[in-house]
Amino acid sequence: MKSDTITKYVLFISSVVILLVSGGMVFSLIGDAVPVFEKFGWRFITSTEWNPTEGRESYGALPFIAGTITTSVLALLICLPMAFATSLFIAEYFRKSSFASVIGSMVDLLAGVPSIVYGLWGFYTLRPFIVELGLDPQGYGIFTSGLILAIMIIPYATSLSSEIISMVPNELKEAAYSLGATRLEVIKYVVIPNARSGIIASFILAFGRALGETMAVTMLIGNANIIPTGLFSTGNSMASVIANQFGEADGLKMSALIAIGLLLFVITGIINAVGKLVIKKMS
Amino acid sequence: MGVKQNTIELKDNSAYRRLKDKLFLWAVIVVSLITISPIVLIIGKLAWKGFRQINFSFFTEVTPSTYDAMIAVSNNEVIPGGIVNGITGTLLIVGVASLMAIPIGILIGLFLFENGQKPYANLIRNLSDILQGVPSIVLGLIAYLWVVKGITHGYSAFAGSVALTIMMLPLIIRATEETMKMIPGSLKEAGMALGVPYYKVILRVLIPSGFSGLMTGILLSISRILGETAPLLLTALGNPMINWDATAPTSAVPLLIWDFYNDPNMVDLIWSSSLFLMGFVLTLNIISKRIIAKR
Repeated sequence: MKSDTITKYVLFISSVVILLVSGGMVFSLIGDAVPVFEKFGWRFITSTEWNPTEGRESYGALPFIAGTITTSVLALLICLPMAFATSLFIAEYFRKSSFASVIGSMVDLLAGVPSIVYGLWGFYTLRPFIVELGLDPQGYGIFTSGLILAIMIIPYATSLSSEIISMVPNELKEAAYSLGATRLEVIKYVVIPNARSGIIASFILAFGRALGETMAVTMLIGNANIIPTGLFSTGNSMASVIANQFGEADGLKMSALIAIGLLLFVITGIINAVGKLVIKKMS
Repeated sequence: MGVKQNTIELKDNSAYRRLKDKLFLWAVIVVSLITISPIVLIIGKLAWKGFRQINFSFFTEVTPSTYDAMIAVSNNEVIPGGIVNGITGTLLIVGVASLMAIPIGILIGLFLFENGQKPYANLIRNLSDILQGVPSIVLGLIAYLWVVKGITHGYSAFAGSVALTIMMLPLIIRATEETMKMIPGSLKEAGMALGVPYYKVILRVLIPSGFSGLMTGILLSISRILGETAPLLLTALGNPMINWDATAPTSAVPLLIWDFYNDPNMVDLIWSSSLFLMGFVLTLNIISKRIIAKR
């Protein structure tokens, strides 16, 4: 009997690791972000000035927040029709056929490509292509990073959406067919209404992924500390400013970068919680 | 799951409806093909451009100095040297991360399986879900604060491992719990009824019968962290030599790709290194899929 109690304790103690890691994470981020919030207060979030020159230091994260949100929203908008069509392809039109499994495994492969490889491909293939199309002379900026982000989050949105779509009961669909509905009408009036919240949740979770992506965005956004002024404007994102400026950071600048990390942590946490809540409500 | 009632008009417009149906089908097919085209283009580009650089020394020599690379490029030769310091570094960092994440993750997964819907178990489950959503760069910051500043007092492979461990944990926890749920309860009960101590039931019954599920989870989580660059940039930093000391700065394949990308003399090496990294990640992916298919 005694060994059973020990086993129970070992399992319980290991679960405490999760408590410690999550608690410690919040504690450390807040602790190290305090100096910059003490010095600048709300101006840290609302100011656009990022100046690490000693003596005239001033840190405002607004350009990076704006850059992260615009690239991620753009990625979401591009991802929406593509992931939706692909999940219909996999889970409705070609359900359980070898077509669907080929497309499905290729989408899975997309999820396996490392962020830095996406960055390289974006830099050496996508960027010249955008220059060639005459969209932008440089090819850097919000549009290019939004596009690469969209490709990166499509697998997340697709795998969850197609799972939800394939769970719509056949009886409901057959009932609609028997009334003479076409396939499009079945999708519109039966599949989508039944799978709606799951599909929405999948896009919310994919959006959360886009917010935190670092390397690919760093390589394509242009790293200019300005609020983006248009689709082809350069900018900078929260994750990439951390990656780019971390090397030479100490003191107040380090605290500013950690504060940006804290903001990123809070924003992605909220987005993910909302996504999980929508899924929970559904089941 | 409420179905909204919709009124369908009774006019005969079936030709128009069928046309719309056809058009939508074709739109779905075309958009799906566009959606998957990047994977073909990416692998094609890596194979096309990276193949030339891959040779024996690519796997046996350390990265060349930027000067040697410059000379080779100006003479139109293949850049000498390889990425063995990155390969060993990745093995070290990912190996240490796996050593920490796999046992702890499986134990926590078992704990959640045992405690079902109790409030404390739900709390752990939700926290683990939140951890899974934390951007990797934030985990890099955390590992910097905890390990680089707190333990090794300098950039180190171990700091990188800690960041990657936190990334792996939620995946392994989830995989363990899901696998355990699939094992028939009678198996466990049969063991318990024979008076076998619980830890032996875990080691001899639960883990062996769920082995393929656990293995899939582990391989997928490793393939997820292999290509991580951002957290290593903040923790392991990089090293031009082979290093097996977990408390010293260490390179890794993705870090090398980042270095090559930033060095105009070495930029040709990005393709072969990326091809190698992708090959590694995809092989793990395919093996784990095979295990799923076999079940």
